[in-house]
Amino acid sequence: MKNLVILGAGTAGTTLANRLVGRLPSGWSVTVADPQERHLYQPGLLFLPFSTNGDVRLERPRGATFRPGVTWVRDSVERIEADERRIRLAGGERLAYDLLVIASGAQTRPDETPGLLGSEWGKSAHQFYTLDGSRALRRALAGFAGGRLVVNVVEMPIKCPVAPLEFLFLADDYFARRGIRERVELVYATPLDGAFTRPVASKVLSSMLEEKGIRVEAEFSTGEVDVEGRSLVSYDERRVPYDLLVSIPTHRGAAFVEESGFGNELGFVPTDPKTLVTKQDDHIFAMGDATDLSSSKAGSVAHFQSEILERNLLAAARGLSPCDEFDGHSNCFIESGHGKALLIDFNYDVEPLPGVFPLPVVGPMPLLKEARRNHWAKLAFQWVYWNLLLPGRTIPLSPRMSMGGKRRPEPVRASCPACEKGDQHASA
Amino acid sequence: MPAREYAGRVVETNDEGFLLDSSQWTPEVGEAIAREVGVWPLNERHWSVVTFCREDAAREGQSPGVRRIARHSGIDMKGLYQLFPKGPGKLASRIAGLPKPQGCV
Repeated sequence: MKNLVILGAGTAGTTLANRLVGRLPSGWSVTVADPQERHLYQPGLLFLPFSTNGDVRLERPRGATFRPGVTWVRDSVERIEADERRIRLAGGERLAYDLLVIASGAQTRPDETPGLLGSEWGKSAHQFYTLDGSRALRRALAGFAGGRLVVNVVEMPIKCPVAPLEFLFLADDYFARRGIRERVELVYATPLDGAFTRPVASKVLSSMLEEKGIRVEAEFSTGEVDVEGRSLVSYDERRVPYDLLVSIPTHRGAAFVEESGFGNELGFVPTDPKTLVTKQDDHIFAMGDATDLSSSKAGSVAHFQSEILERNLLAAARGLSPCDEFDGHSNCFIESGHGKALLIDFNYDVEPLPGVFPLPVVGPMPLLKEARRNHWAKLAFQWVYWNLLLPGRTIPLSPRMSMGGKRRPEPVRASCPACEKGDQHASA
Repeated sequence: MPAREYAGRVVETNDEGFLLDSSQWTPEVGEAIAREVGVWPLNERHWSVVTFCREDAAREGQSPGVRRIARHSGIDMKGLYQLFPKGPGKLASRIAGLPKPQGCV
């Protein structure tokens, strides 16, 4: 019996496990290790602070998210013992693997910033990247009668790089609905030199921030939080005072990744950007937020990677080298408030561009442009997530980005050097 | 692509001024870029960071981010921001003739 082990059952690990079970050659089993009892729908955390009709159900029992045939080991990982090809679990047991996938995600670490996790954490300083944090922030927002609200990205990379912007757009809408928008000052303090990492989208989003009266404090690298003075202090000693702080703390990979010697300086796994094989070990793959790749830490990336990895792992199980390549494809909705959203679609080489998606000309969804149908699509996505994406069903979206419908020509990607088949084998 | 002249040498850069080919770099080119971006004069500590960036990029195939520089160069984050105000990762790479460090998008 051969064992394929996946570490972590978030969007990436669960989707991959469900895609692989039943498709691996006979004699192979699929095991997933994750200590958490529930699976959290992370995109919902953004909306929760603004929800006015009570709590929203964002979790499901983890056991119900796996297809029959997937073995779930409900324990946390202590260490990858790569030389022996086995995993040491917190409970002391060992789990042998023939192929391993690190899908242990990224966690926010407010403890990395001096002062952030102090006496004011959960009072005047918040995050919305955890369920408890998002709930506490909802209470804080409900009691906020006016003043300066600062959204701060401590450092890159973060999960869902557009989430801070969405939070600001939704906050603008929320305070307007409460009739106190003119009493609230909204500030975005970011280490980036603009609203977003890529120029075309950055320009569109910057002008949206400006229209909504949201001030941007760019190239602001947070060194510490002055709790007494209620101010962010940057490494170059600039101060941004706040009444209510919404922090997007430093993100790190799982502790066991670092302890096993598989992490970079933030605990993310150095990974081949195309094959998704770790740079350290040919039997170990990595996907989703756990990697050091420049693609977004986002659910869509985890989804597209699961299709690439499925093929590469099926090849590896037969003793073949990886023959499919990830192109960095990512797409995400950007909630802009007032019942509208933008949609962006991009990859390693092509930045988000205007146009229509997913089909050329007919769309129906406009790219990099506010529209009501994008907002409805974002809301409908929760159903798609639980019922199609996570169970590993086919979603009619290519894992490879298409230039169809986008306005700007770009060269097509090179053929796969492993099997020299070019584009046609990958989409088969 | 724009070509720029630094220290009497014509080098190709991208729109943001990063060298397209890091083998066109010389210490004199680095000094001229530093002067242009206002990191001037370069002292020993600046040079230790620039040298680390070039060596690390040669090993790893990509420009190091600020955290990586802080971890391996012996100069902490605060020190790096004093040497290269506002953007140590970006400025050190540019002076070292390397591509802009990959931010996550």
